[in-house]
Amino acid sequence: MKSAVVQLPGLNRDRDMIAALTKISGKAPVTIWQTETDIPDVDLIVIPGGFSYGDYLRCGAIAARMPVMQAIKAKAEAGVKVLGVCNGFQILVEAGLLPGALMRNASLKFVCKEIQLEVVNANTDFSRAYEQGQIIRCPVAHHDGNYFADAETLRTIEGNGQVVFRYAAGTNPNGSINDIAGIVNEKGNVLGMMPHPENLIEAAHGGADGRGLFASALDVIAA
Amino acid sequence: MINARVTVTLKNGVLDPQGKAIEGALGALGFDSIGHVRQGKVFDLQIDTADKAKAEADLKAMCEKLLANTVIENYAISLG
Repeated sequence: MKSAVVQLPGLNRDRDMIAALTKISGKAPVTIWQTETDIPDVDLIVIPGGFSYGDYLRCGAIAARMPVMQAIKAKAEAGVKVLGVCNGFQILVEAGLLPGALMRNASLKFVCKEIQLEVVNANTDFSRAYEQGQIIRCPVAHHDGNYFADAETLRTIEGNGQVVFRYAAGTNPNGSINDIAGIVNEKGNVLGMMPHPENLIEAAHGGADGRGLFASALDVIAA
Repeated sequence: MINARVTVTLKNGVLDPQGKAIEGALGALGFDSIGHVRQGKVFDLQIDTADKAKAEADLKAMCEKLLANTVIENYAISLG
């Protein structure tokens, strides 16, 4: 499985993401710069975290309107898997690839800590290496991770099983509605999540619970 | 040249933690009369046309495409 990592000014988790993809798939991902409109043939495109364009206007708002996002949208429509982590999730909702919005944390504080995630749908391309209902550890680091969707959208995504990860009881760090931490689109090939699975993939990180997500998306054995 | 002002506010029912914090701070300053506070954004834009209808149509498109996130925000356009 071939992967690609998008690089935009202000993103700062790209190297962590490249390291995780390289270690888990055994192949270094290609990198895509913001102005590129011709994305190479890959199976997984990852938009990493950071503060693209200084988070001006709204988090992810400017990035979502760059030419590279049109190309990513076309790839997503063609069935290529797209993963957005943290700022990447914010970019995907701003680009309309995922429903809802990500707002300022209810506490108004930047949160940087480890939380627990419940895998509420283990039947997706991004979560099949986990057990349904499994609780995994995962770090978060964000200021605007408070997921919001109107009542109708919420009913739809909950009804379709589009909620993949929820903050486990008592660990919601940002006030997200229904404790939502990660969702997929209706087709199931685009996942956005606020926590950082790429930062918990090996013993040196203190655990490897994040590995299952990449193993699922890259179709390799989690090990 | 037409001067325009776009005001972007959160929709009703959308939690506004920043507005809440400001509300608390105003109360702490002794403004007993303070009720609810909602925070929004103001954009002052110059539109290079004399045609008000075109300016309005362009501004509406700008709001829909970038200035507001219509999932959570409303916008209002006023021409100067």
